[in-house]
Amino acid sequence: MKILVCISNVPDTTTKIKFAAGNTSIDTTGVQWVINPWDELSLTRALELKDDASTGVKSVTVIHVGQASSEPTIRKALAIGADDAIRVNAESSDAWFVASQIAEVVRKEQFDIIFCGIESSDYNGSAVGGMISEFLGIPSVSAVSGVKIENGQPVLIREIDGGKEIVSVPVPFVAVVQKGISKEPRIAAMRGIMMARTKPVKLIEPLAVNALTEIAEFEKPAPRAACKYIDAENPAQLIDLLQNEAKVI
Amino acid sequence: MSVLVYTENWDGKFKKLTFELVSYAAGVAKMIGTSVTAVSIGKVDETELKKLGNYGAGKIISVNNEQLTTLDNQAYTSVISDISIKENATVIILANNNTGKAIAPRLSVRLKAGIGSGISKLPINLNPFTVYKRTYSGNAYAHLVIKSDIKILTLAQNSFDLIGTPDTATIENITVSVDGSLIKTLVKDVQKQSGKILLTDADIVVSGGRGMKSPDNWPSLVELATLLGAATACSRPVSDEGWRPHEEHTGQTGKIIAPNLYIAVGISGATQHLAGISSSKYIVAINSDKDAPIFEAAQYGIVGDAMKVLPKLVEAVRSAKK
Repeated sequence: MKILVCISNVPDTTTKIKFAAGNTSIDTTGVQWVINPWDELSLTRALELKDDASTGVKSVTVIHVGQASSEPTIRKALAIGADDAIRVNAESSDAWFVASQIAEVVRKEQFDIIFCGIESSDYNGSAVGGMISEFLGIPSVSAVSGVKIENGQPVLIREIDGGKEIVSVPVPFVAVVQKGISKEPRIAAMRGIMMARTKPVKLIEPLAVNALTEIAEFEKPAPRAACKYIDAENPAQLIDLLQNEAKVI
Repeated sequence: MSVLVYTENWDGKFKKLTFELVSYAAGVAKMIGTSVTAVSIGKVDETELKKLGNYGAGKIISVNNEQLTTLDNQAYTSVISDISIKENATVIILANNNTGKAIAPRLSVRLKAGIGSGISKLPINLNPFTVYKRTYSGNAYAHLVIKSDIKILTLAQNSFDLIGTPDTATIENITVSVDGSLIKTLVKDVQKQSGKILLTDADIVVSGGRGMKSPDNWPSLVELATLLGAATACSRPVSDEGWRPHEEHTGQTGKIIAPNLYIAVGISGATQHLAGISSSKYIVAINSDKDAPIFEAAQYGIVGDAMKVLPKLVEAVRSAKK
């Protein structure tokens, strides 16, 4: 069984977002780039499955659509333990474009399980995983918080309102994963970092595809009103404000 | 031409979220000068279906098919896509919840329709079609232009007010044949908690962080939540420590919620936490550190030890209720 993990290269989640001139892109000065948090958890789970010989998982490949500047993030995924990587050499203009590229690679290289994070922390689109599956005409399971392989058959946990479902699905399929898929992201060890330098990163030129969406400009969220402080000895005043001023209780 | 809205049901009933979706669809339809068609999949009775008309659905298409009792992304996409083609839908609206996130991207590929996800306002512009979209986990908003002929929008929960209309809707019951071989996801077991207010549906949420110091201190927080009819939540360190179940984790990698009132007790307000709660209408912060970033996000704040403030707050709610 072969697993493909799709990874996005995103600003560290503590980054203070500023825009470049014209407000059409973010100012990347001083930004630390990381593997999208859900993708990192997916990669961890994929490696755990591979570590367990009973699952029959033979390899874990990561794929990224992006320019050469995202190489360090790909190397990090390899250092964590992915066997090899594929980079589609293009700017990731929108979900449609990215999913088209990844679907094309899967068509040629055949993977059994394709992991995608529920969203990227920059674009918050929640679209790429579902799109890949529809391009390929294969099943997708969304809101996945657990993946096991029992007697060669994938068994997933799908989060639903107020509970969970245990779902089985035949390979190949796309799992769109969220929190819970693995407890903590795996951290690269020194040996992994050394080995990552020699692991293969295959470079693929993109298909010609037009994006369906485009960001015309960014703006900052509207600032919130200043905080009104209430004396810790008198919480009754807070209740009064919530009842009569905010009118929320 | 029409605006199509997928109206999900829960055991045959709609939720406030469903009516928010229909109200939003009616707003979009008014802008482009057309009408709203709602699509319901599953067993929903006529009285319930008619409620959609109260928020502006002109036509309701009800699909009731035994094969569609549990969500199969491919089968649902196929049904909704066929109906949108038949109804000549130019805008398709779904919720930005688990179901919407599962179906919208597949629908997008079927119909070659660009997606705007997590939308909270009516489109800014129709030509070019531009929506206001949350990005960078709420730290920036984009003016997103959707260039395709058909547009798909997913609406953020509790972001759009209900708008009642006196219209009555026509109901069309249709049967669709679903190719059984298309249904690949098999639900083997369902585990559901009952009787609890769902975090994502709650109007009020009381949430605890590391400032609560120990899981033993939670009863007073739960008591406050019960008195307010609120759901309980927690910050990431609390769920990581196993003090509270991971379903309660609100924040960037946990649940993203937008209640009317969010009460953060002993939560410092790291960027990742704020990413999950910043769309709340009102935020109350109770924290012993006056410099905690949560106070920048809050409208009301109490600087004090959570364990001392909580019992007083419980008392204050009790006497206000009398």
